[in-house]
Amino acid sequence: MKRAVKPVKPKPQLRQEIPQNKIAGGDFFDKLHAYRDLHAHALFSSLGRLVDKPFTTALTVGVLAISIALAACFYLLVENLEQLTGTIESSNQISLFLKDAVTEAEARRLVEKISKNHEIAEIKLIGKAQALTEFKANSGLDAALDALEGNPLPVVLEVLPTPAQSNVDALKRLQQALLQYPEVDEAQMDMQWLERMQSIIRLAEQATESISILLGLGVLFITGNTIRLELHNRREEVVIAKLVGATNRFIQRPFLYGGFWIGFLSGVAAWFIVTAIMLLLWRSVENLSLLYEGSFHLRFLDYGESVFLVLLSSGLGVAGSWAVLAYQLRQLRPE
Amino acid sequence: MLKFDNVSKRYSEAGDVLSNISFHLERGEMAFLTGHSGAGKSTLFKLIALIERASRGQIYLGGHNVSHAQDRQIPFLRRKMGLIFQDFKLLQDRTVFDNVALPLAVAGYGHHEIARKVRAALDKVGLSGKEKKYPLTLSGGEQQRVGIARAVVNKPPMILADEPTGNLDPELAAEIMTLFTRFQQVGVTVLIVSHDIALIQKMDRRVLTLDHGRLVAG
Ligand SMILES: Nc1ncnc2c1ncn2[C@@H]1O[C@H](COP(=O)(O)OP(=O)(O)OP(=O)(O)O)[C@@H](O)[C@H]1O
Ligand SMILES: [Mg+2]
Repeated sequence: MKRAVKPVKPKPQLRQEIPQNKIAGGDFFDKLHAYRDLHAHALFSSLGRLVDKPFTTALTVGVLAISIALAACFYLLVENLEQLTGTIESSNQISLFLKDAVTEAEARRLVEKISKNHEIAEIKLIGKAQALTEFKANSGLDAALDALEGNPLPVVLEVLPTPAQSNVDALKRLQQALLQYPEVDEAQMDMQWLERMQSIIRLAEQATESISILLGLGVLFITGNTIRLELHNRREEVVIAKLVGATNRFIQRPFLYGGFWIGFLSGVAAWFIVTAIMLLLWRSVENLSLLYEGSFHLRFLDYGESVFLVLLSSGLGVAGSWAVLAYQLRQLRPE
Repeated sequence: MLKFDNVSKRYSEAGDVLSNISFHLERGEMAFLTGHSGAGKSTLFKLIALIERASRGQIYLGGHNVSHAQDRQIPFLRRKMGLIFQDFKLLQDRTVFDNVALPLAVAGYGHHEIARKVRAALDKVGLSGKEKKYPLTLSGGEQQRVGIARAVVNKPPMILADEPTGNLDPELAAEIMTLFTRFQQVGVTVLIVSHDIALIQKMDRRVLTLDHGRLVAG
C-alpha cells in the first residue's frame, strides 16, 4: 500500500540512473541483458518442450530426417557416379591408325612430336609385326593371313590422354588435333557409352534437383504443420500473452526456435542416416573398386556439405514455422 | 483518461450491440459499468481493451484517439491498461510468480527488476509467499488476486475489470473491491463491469448503466 504511493517513473530517468545502478550491480545491466536472456530462454525452453514430448518429437524428426537423408543420398549417388565415370574415362584411349606408307622409324618420330602435347599422358607404339602377331592370336585367321603377301596392317599409336581431358568434348578436340598430323590416317575412339553415361548423370542430376526441392518443400510443410499444432495447443497462453501486451514478435520467438530445433535435430539425424547407408555400401564398393584397379573410392559427405546439410534443414525448420506463424498470429485474436 | 464519443458496435449476426455511447472517465476516477445480461457490458470492455474495434465513433485513451490504431500498436496500448477477467485467465501450468511476471517479461524487463516488481505486486494483493504455488492449488479469491497482481504489476494508469467478483462469495467480493479502491487512491483510473447491484450501491461511486446497448445513466 505505502509502496503504491510512489509515482510511476517516467522512462527518460533511466539514463540518469545508470551510474547508481552500476554501483548497485542492478538493473542497468539487467535491462541490457534482458533481450539476450529472452532469446536464450526462448531457445532452451523450446528445446525443453520438444524433450518433454519425446514420442511426438521423435516421429516428426524421424519423418523429416528420412526426407532430408533421401535428398542427400541422391546427391551423393550423383556425385559418386560422376567420380566413377571420371576414373573410367581416364582410361579412354584414342587409337591412331597411321597411313600405310609410314614406316616405324617415322612413327617413332611422330610419337616424340605428339608426346610434347601436355594433354597426353602416354603413347604406345604398336609396330606392324606386333600388330600382326596380336591380330593372328586374337582372330584365329593365321592361315588366311599367312597367305597374304606382306603385312596389311598399319602402325598403330595408342594415345592415352591425361585425366584432365576426360570429358567427351575435350576428347573430341584432342581427336581432331591428332588428325591434323599428315601421318595419321584415322583416329578412333569408342565414346558412345561415355556419352550415354554422361547423359545419364545429367538426368540423375536434374532428378536429384527436383526431388530435393520436393523433399525440401515437404520439410517446410511438415515443420509448419508441427508448429501450427503447437500453436493450437498453446492457444490459451498466446491469447493471454496478447492481452498483457505481447507483440507478435515476442509470441513468435519460442515457436521459431521450436522450428529451428526440429530442423536442426532432423538435419543431424539425416546426417547419421546418410553416413550409416554409406558405411553399409562402403565394403562392397571397395571390393568392386579392386576390379577397377582400386581407382574408385566411395565419397561421403565432406565437412562443408555436412554443415550445409544441418544449416539448410535448420533454415527450412525456421522458414516453415515463420510462414505459419505470420499467417496464424494475424488470425488469432483474443476471444 | 478514457473517452467514448458516439461509439457504436455492430455485429453482422446480432446487429447493433452498442449504440451511440458517449462518456468520459477522468484520470483517477473509479466507476462501475452495469446493466442486464446481454446489455453490452463485455462488448464495451472489449472495445476499450482493443479486443474488438468500434464500428462507428471515436475512443480516446489517455488523450490519444485509438479508434484507428494499427494492429502493431495494440500491444503497446495494452501495456498501459491492466485487464482483469471473471475467469481469471491464468496460465495453469505456470507458477503464481510466472503468471504475474508475464506482462513484465513481455515488455522486456530484466530478471532482477521482474523479481522486485512481482514481489511488490503480490505484496499489495496480500499474496506474499505464494509465488511458487500453481493457480489451481489456490482458492477462487486468491486466483482473482493473482489476476489483479498481474494487472497492476506494470503500474498501468488504468485498470479494467470484467465481472471480477462474479464467481466469488460476498465477503471475498468486498475484499477485492477494497483492493480496487486502494488503486484508485493512488491515481489509477478504474472501470469495473458488474451486475452486483448491492455491491455497487455499497461502493458509492459513479455508475454507468447500459440498457440494450444504450447508455441510460452515468
Ligand atoms: N462476437 C459476437 N458476435 C455476435 N454477437 C455478439 C458477440 N459478442 C457479443 N454479442 C452479442 O452482443 C450482446 C451483448 O453481449 P455482451 O457480452 O456485451 O453482454 P453483457 O452485457 O456482457 O452480458 P452478461 O452480463 O451476460 O455478461 C449479446 O446479445 C451478444 O449475443
Ligand atoms: Mg459479460
